[in-house]
Amino acid sequence: MMSLLAATAINWHSIFFLLFALVACFFALAVLFTSNIVRMAFYLILSLGATAGLFFLAGAAFVGAMQLMIYVGGTLVLLVFGVMLTAQQSFISMKTKGGDWILAAAAGGTMLVLLISIAFRVEDWRAGRPDGDQLTAADVEDTTRIGAAFIGVRTDKLDVYDDAAKDGESEPDAAGQLTLQGMSGYLLPFEIVSIHLLVVLIGAAYLARAKKRAPARSASTTQR
Amino acid sequence: MLGSGWKRTSPTVAEYFHSAWQLPTALAYLLAALIHCFLLINVVAVGALVFIWMERKISGRIQDRLGPTRVGGRFGWLQTLADGVKLIAKEDITPGGADAMLFKLAPYISFAASYAAYLALPFADGWVAQYLSVAVFFILAVMGLEVFGVILAGYSSGSKWSLFGGMRESAQVVSYEVPMAMCVLLPVMIVGSMDLVKIANVQAGLLTNWLIFHDPFTFIVFWVYFTCATASVNRAPFDLAEAESELVAGFHMEYSGLRWSIFFMAEYGSMFAVSGLAAILFFGGWHGPIPIFQIIGWSYEHVPGEAWQLTGYLANLAGCLNFVLKAVVGVSVMMWIRWTLPRLRIDQVMTTCWKYCVPISAGCFVLAAIWTVMDIPFANDIAPAKPRYAVREFWLEQENRAAATEFSRIQLPVAANRTAAEGGAR
Repeated sequence: MMSLLAATAINWHSIFFLLFALVACFFALAVLFTSNIVRMAFYLILSLGATAGLFFLAGAAFVGAMQLMIYVGGTLVLLVFGVMLTAQQSFISMKTKGGDWILAAAAGGTMLVLLISIAFRVEDWRAGRPDGDQLTAADVEDTTRIGAAFIGVRTDKLDVYDDAAKDGESEPDAAGQLTLQGMSGYLLPFEIVSIHLLVVLIGAAYLARAKKRAPARSASTTQR
Repeated sequence: MLGSGWKRTSPTVAEYFHSAWQLPTALAYLLAALIHCFLLINVVAVGALVFIWMERKISGRIQDRLGPTRVGGRFGWLQTLADGVKLIAKEDITPGGADAMLFKLAPYISFAASYAAYLALPFADGWVAQYLSVAVFFILAVMGLEVFGVILAGYSSGSKWSLFGGMRESAQVVSYEVPMAMCVLLPVMIVGSMDLVKIANVQAGLLTNWLIFHDPFTFIVFWVYFTCATASVNRAPFDLAEAESELVAGFHMEYSGLRWSIFFMAEYGSMFAVSGLAAILFFGGWHGPIPIFQIIGWSYEHVPGEAWQLTGYLANLAGCLNFVLKAVVGVSVMMWIRWTLPRLRIDQVMTTCWKYCVPISAGCFVLAAIWTVMDIPFANDIAPAKPRYAVREFWLEQENRAAATEFSRIQLPVAANRTAAEGGAR
């Protein structure tokens, strides 16, 4: 595999990366410039699907499938479903006012500048990988590291931690395992996000209930 | 062969083209991808041809008719081809009130989602277009997208019947994805892998080794899975989206000609895909009821470093036929159900999902976990082909674990530096 990929001048990996990235960006713009909500949802499917393609290309099949399942299969189905349930006329179109355009452009532009400046600040990303021509579609083997990080183990810091253990800074506990000091990983942000989502869900349920109850009661009283 | 897994030592199709034909890499990959896609699209298309003929014959027999008898000889073999010719000849109508772009694209979205599931579906050991270590999850995720075609078709047709069909379909599919995923979780939990090739290979040997006989709860959960799968591919008795008696034809009412038939190709494609998934997860995949090839010593599994062997190839071919046969049995049962049971009402569909399928699958999940942890013997232990640890929680097996986890390898750069420094010190 390695010799095969090194032997060519055309880096097929980059070609597919560009293809997926262009599809994702093009349809993200299409979402902005269309006024029909269902078409927006459709363009969003393509854009998010292409993003999932980027994940598959990076060898992160699990994250790619997750993207398809949660965003494309979950969120967007609910979005289209909601539009269909609440549709007043056959095809809803949204008109964006001039002021909204300016506000949105300011917010989006700031975000873009921020992201680009951050992206260029990462040292490793400035130059291509030295083994760029040897990349395979599945450079990352599995999701063990992400999974471990979510339960609080920073696998990228294990060696630092190993050294600390060797120097006697960290003592093995009763079970003979080393206590994981200062290795909270992504556990805290993960928990914060999930609690935040829970609060949002409860709030949404409360709002939806309060709105629906009043007419339902009056309808039942008139029946009696 | 079709195996293009990055972990496999046998050469992939792309590598073959590159080394034997001296093609540039990009071209070799393109050619290999085209071959895989061509083979799979034939599985879907020819499968649909055969299944539509089967459906006509089965429905005919169940209703005490003969079904097609004339086209293509005695059994009406070529009836579907005649249907296809008729559909091509039909006018492709787009209603005036429709959202033309979405209306025209919707069938292809359905078909693309159904077809994408085949990319990760292995047909025999290593015979898979794209080997994924999370194939189960990928197939579930992709099959969930098929509903988009139906929803968009319902919405863009600009017709009330179609809109109702689309709404029912989305409510149904979103609901049934929950118990279906829980059912799939059981074999995944028992084997400890989302890799379909691995899941099928731990079930080698006699039929008692199939995961459906792993414990009583997997046995129950298979039936729940089959119910949910039938509902998620929108087949009767769950075909609310196209209920003829209430909604004329539901989401595909405004479609005619070839676009209409593409919806049905997608439907038959996903029927085969969910049945194939059931065959791998519960019925041993390509491992037959009786391990003939194991007895005569022809190995399915390609031993790394060994040359290509005809016996192994033939065993794999027979395994592929075995797998297809099992999936076809699943499809036939779906047809049998369709022509036997009356259609449910929408509230009954929802009740079946949330009040029966979800609690049963959740309860079975917990009980099967307890059964596995307690290591209680069941049918799987009658004639085990592999040692028990290789089937149950084989991920605990130390050698495998050391080889599979990243923990030993991710520290490589630093570890290498450290060894270099130590070497220098010495």
